[in-house]
Amino acid sequence: MTAGDPPRSDRRRLLVSGLLFGLGAAGAVDEIVFHQLLHWHHFYDRAGGAAALVSDGLLHATTWSATVAGLALLADVRRRRSFTPRTWWGAVLVGAGAFQVWDGVVHHKLLRLHQVRYGVDLTGYDLAWIGAGVLVLLAGALLLGRTRTGRTP
Amino acid sequence: MNQAVGAAVLVPAALYLAGVARTRSPWPPGRTVAWLAGLGCLAVALTGPLAAAHGDLRAHMAAHLLVGMVAPLLLVLARPATLLLRALPVPAARRVSRVLRTAPVRVLADPFVATGLNAAGLWLLYGTGLLTAMLHSPGLHLLVSAHVLLTGWLATAAVLALEPIGHRRGVVARAVALAAGAAAHDVLAKALYAAPPAGVTEAEAGAQLMYHGGTVVHVLVAALLWRQWYCSRAAVRDAEHTTVPAGA
Repeated sequence: MTAGDPPRSDRRRLLVSGLLFGLGAAGAVDEIVFHQLLHWHHFYDRAGGAAALVSDGLLHATTWSATVAGLALLADVRRRRSFTPRTWWGAVLVGAGAFQVWDGVVHHKLLRLHQVRYGVDLTGYDLAWIGAGVLVLLAGALLLGRTRTGRTP
Repeated sequence: MNQAVGAAVLVPAALYLAGVARTRSPWPPGRTVAWLAGLGCLAVALTGPLAAAHGDLRAHMAAHLLVGMVAPLLLVLARPATLLLRALPVPAARRVSRVLRTAPVRVLADPFVATGLNAAGLWLLYGTGLLTAMLHSPGLHLLVSAHVLLTGWLATAAVLALEPIGHRRGVVARAVALAAGAAAHDVLAKALYAAPPAGVTEAEAGAQLMYHGGTVVHVLVAALLWRQWYCSRAAVRDAEHTTVPAGA
């Protein structure tokens, strides 16, 4: 084993760190930018039922917990000198994209917890919201695919 | 009412300081500060303007965050059980230690049981007429506050597992228990926002304070939990073990 080829368990930990951090960071951006700064999203717009409340609470708690756990695992991977930026950023993008798509499809459209914005035609906003998520997800998958092919001897 | 709160704050403060004075080994001053600050949070929440604002959900939630989350975290960081074991004479400390390892204590100190009890208590308080009744009865208010404090303390203690009680679960299990408790807290806050209990004012602002304030404390507890894992002997040894071949 050479110094540039971290053990498989370390690569898995690096991937988990990136996925968790990406998921959490996207959730934090959603909360801070769209809820608190822009006031586009509403805390709760009374359109969704109990399922929407439960799902939103779970997602909110999960994203914050994931951010902290992802950063702790990142610190550990760095301590092991197994950090490879491309793998980590690939995983971050996959995590963030997955959050965005889930938020856009399940929360906004299926459960109708709240909408992207109020008082406007939503079609463009929804397409941009979900489309951005899909693009970020694909970019992350592409980056991860390249690290994998780069690794095979 | 204020006398009861005063006694509930001053007696534990005096006992803790007496314990610190009795320990032969030095006791980190940060723990003493945490204990006194935790008791201070209780005094602020249960007397003065926060306790006097009947029916204002913002004041109620500020007090709820102090009693149920901030004070428990500070009291847990003060490690009172560890202090008790160190301050007592050896035979008495052995007896206490044996009690701390009995099956009921072990079950209560399990992070999932403790978090479940904490969440169940909150649902009982906000999901039934108990909140409205409590806002109009000082005695009931004190009883409910004591329950919120004890279950919050138990949950935080079980997640951080700083004291020598039973078997400590792994970091992932404790992080999941913490996240589940945080999720229950978030759902409850939004449910209160959607359908406020009878007889309260400022319900929307109060529910949002509960939601965001709860998040801040939960993130803090999660950060402490993961820092504990990062510094733990097992994780450090594991990391050294993997990096040695690469460096050699």
